[in-house]
Amino acid sequence: MDNRYLNVFLEEANEHIQNLNNGLLALESEPSQEILDEIFRSAHTLKGMAGTMGFNKISELTHEMEDLLHEIRNGSLSITNTIIDVLLKCVDMLQEMTEQISKEGWEGETDIRPAIAEIKKVMSNTSNDSKAADESEGKDDTGFNEFELRLMEEAANKNLKTWELHVELEENCLLKSARAFLVFKTLENLGEIIKTKPHIQDIEDEKFDKEFYIYIISSRSEEDLLNAVNSVSELKSVNVREINLGNFQKKLTVARETSSVKESPKETNRIRNTSKTLRVDIERLDNLMNLVSELIIIKTRLEELDNLTEQGQKRKEALEYLERITSNLHDAVMKVRMVPIENVFNRFPRVVRDLSRELNKEVKLVIEGAETELDRTVIDEIGDPLIHLIRNALDHGIETPSERLKKGKPREGTLKLKAFHDGNNVVIEVSDDGRGIDVEKVLKKAQEKNMVDKSQVKKLKEIEILSFLFESGFSTSERVTDISGRGVGLDVVKTKIESLGGSVEIKTAKDEGTTFSIRLPLTLAIIQALMVQLGQEKYAIPLSAIKEIVIIPNTELKKVHKHEVILLRGNVIPVLRLHEMLDIPDNCLKNENLTVVIVKKGEKDVGLIVDSLLGEQEIVIKSLGNFLKNIRFIAGATILGDGQVALILDINALI
Amino acid sequence: MEEVRQFVVFRLGQEEYGVDILQVNTIERMMPITRVPKAPHYVEGVINLRGEIVPVIDLRKRFDLPPLEITGDTRIIIVMVDDLTVGMIVDSATEVIQLPQEAIEPSTSVAGNINSEFLEGVGKLNDRLLIILNLEKILRPGEPQQRAIM
Repeated sequence: MDNRYLNVFLEEANEHIQNLNNGLLALESEPSQEILDEIFRSAHTLKGMAGTMGFNKISELTHEMEDLLHEIRNGSLSITNTIIDVLLKCVDMLQEMTEQISKEGWEGETDIRPAIAEIKKVMSNTSNDSKAADESEGKDDTGFNEFELRLMEEAANKNLKTWELHVELEENCLLKSARAFLVFKTLENLGEIIKTKPHIQDIEDEKFDKEFYIYIISSRSEEDLLNAVNSVSELKSVNVREINLGNFQKKLTVARETSSVKESPKETNRIRNTSKTLRVDIERLDNLMNLVSELIIIKTRLEELDNLTEQGQKRKEALEYLERITSNLHDAVMKVRMVPIENVFNRFPRVVRDLSRELNKEVKLVIEGAETELDRTVIDEIGDPLIHLIRNALDHGIETPSERLKKGKPREGTLKLKAFHDGNNVVIEVSDDGRGIDVEKVLKKAQEKNMVDKSQVKKLKEIEILSFLFESGFSTSERVTDISGRGVGLDVVKTKIESLGGSVEIKTAKDEGTTFSIRLPLTLAIIQALMVQLGQEKYAIPLSAIKEIVIIPNTELKKVHKHEVILLRGNVIPVLRLHEMLDIPDNCLKNENLTVVIVKKGEKDVGLIVDSLLGEQEIVIKSLGNFLKNIRFIAGATILGDGQVALILDINALI
Repeated sequence: MEEVRQFVVFRLGQEEYGVDILQVNTIERMMPITRVPKAPHYVEGVINLRGEIVPVIDLRKRFDLPPLEITGDTRIIIVMVDDLTVGMIVDSATEVIQLPQEAIEPSTSVAGNINSEFLEGVGKLNDRLLIILNLEKILRPGEPQQRAIM
């Protein structure tokens, strides 16, 4: 099968599955006809798509879901938790199967029978006559999907007609599929077959009884078709009828109208949007980004060359123009790669619902700033850490309803997900109004684990104590739940976020709740950096980490407890000698003045001593590759204008 | 059917070594190398290979051989093993030869003076001996390094 179609199928299937998920959750909290219609449409389209691609299990399962939804739509079933549960289970199965398809190209071993049985079970509650009505309706609605309907519409515009041929084979017909094949062959010369019932794959596999339907768009007359098909032997009967497109169109427009009346602004908006968007393979975008990066490198090189030689004004102007274009181009490419964080947040209502049920807690999920955009690469990575934090908040932060009532809080806890821009960063907050983290207990645990110096215990600030939660090993303590369990795997969360160039912070108050703030860079590819000189080597420090730069006399360097510090506007700031840390021959002690770059990591400030500053520069971040991926202190490399490689310091690892 | 393999031949001191040509990307002249702090001792640093950052190891240091000055013959052989792309500094790269599989003795007894773990075998071509390297072992970092028993 052509990979392109498979990818398109998967992308769209995932969208529909997400739609189903969201819709069902919405339906549970607030039943409405619109949402029901929307879900129905998604299931229906998915069925059609899967059928066309030959994924029969998906198409069968969605077909059953559609039946159930239909019952709800015509009012013979009312929405209950059980029904939503059953449908959500089906959605999970659909997801499982699409994941399997993306991995192995087929639907896998998933057994859809239990799910179908459950659907049948909840449907058996409906009365008999509504079932009959459903069947007659089912016959009328031949189950054309949007694509087929569009084909038919187009055909009608060209004055072509759509015919339904009902073919019945003779009782003792051997080789049924061969007969069917002959019928297809004959008809193919007369028009375009757009659909068969049962699915063409099933007909080929002889998975049909004695009759089948063919839908064909053709310019020929009814008689022509009949004659052609009748030339095939061993057919018992052939019936031809014209499909009246008008019926479908009317149905479609009615459906559209009823839904659009209620949500017209949103709907029209979306239609306009989809017509103007384009799916692009992320690899192509990466390639584009690389080319832009190269352009920026060569631009920097030209600028440097220009500094060396005295050249005319015109050349300078041209260079400035080039600079403007490259930075615009960079912005444009970046924007193309931006995806709203909605794509990640969308997964969470389901997670929260399932977890809160499992834990017997009542939790309301509030999502803010879902439209905030982030680079695609970041989006792909951020989901897992967020799920982790959400689980923690639900499991250990938010109390049980009875506990909450006792504390005078509302029964229902609130979990808030919030995303917003802050300068060159995006901040994602996960906050709950639960019991908060017991700082004392964390400290006690840290002492037990020998993570704190006894002499320092008194001096530790709350924020420093909370940072123990992120230490690896802290989580493995078996009585984790005792300290509100925030330790579980938080080190993993932190590592992941730091690998994305971000940071995490905790704020907590007893019985008021806890907030985790994740700060992430907008993009991972190109950043502003300060180039510094250390001995003979050049290093880049990400500008986003730099707070300020001070030049102080050598004598200002003080020692406290063997650690070097400087006093800056009354604050004591620890100082690191980069030379020592990076094994560079040191001669700056002889200097009269020290150049100190003050960097921040969370709430902490640290000064880095460098030889000299080389200036600010736009740099392209390149990975050191798998061979050197675990090198301490280095976050990556960049290529300077002269083609030399400079390393980028990993501020998080230094501190 | 007889399987014939091709090897890129290079020198370290008096010995001739070979790496399977299928693992060799390009052979480069010496170029500026940026040191990477905290890297293993045999890692010379990283180079800019036409826009890509490629780590470079000094094969002499990797094999615990005495260092040698860089000359006009010094080459960086860029090799690719699975997901790793690494440059290896060698004294000189001389030629490409063909060797039938049966001319390669998977023996670890004839190991020259390098760690036998790094060897795939020894190839015989007339009166020449070609030490064939197991790049997987040489490049995979983090594995315990054993000193050669000479």
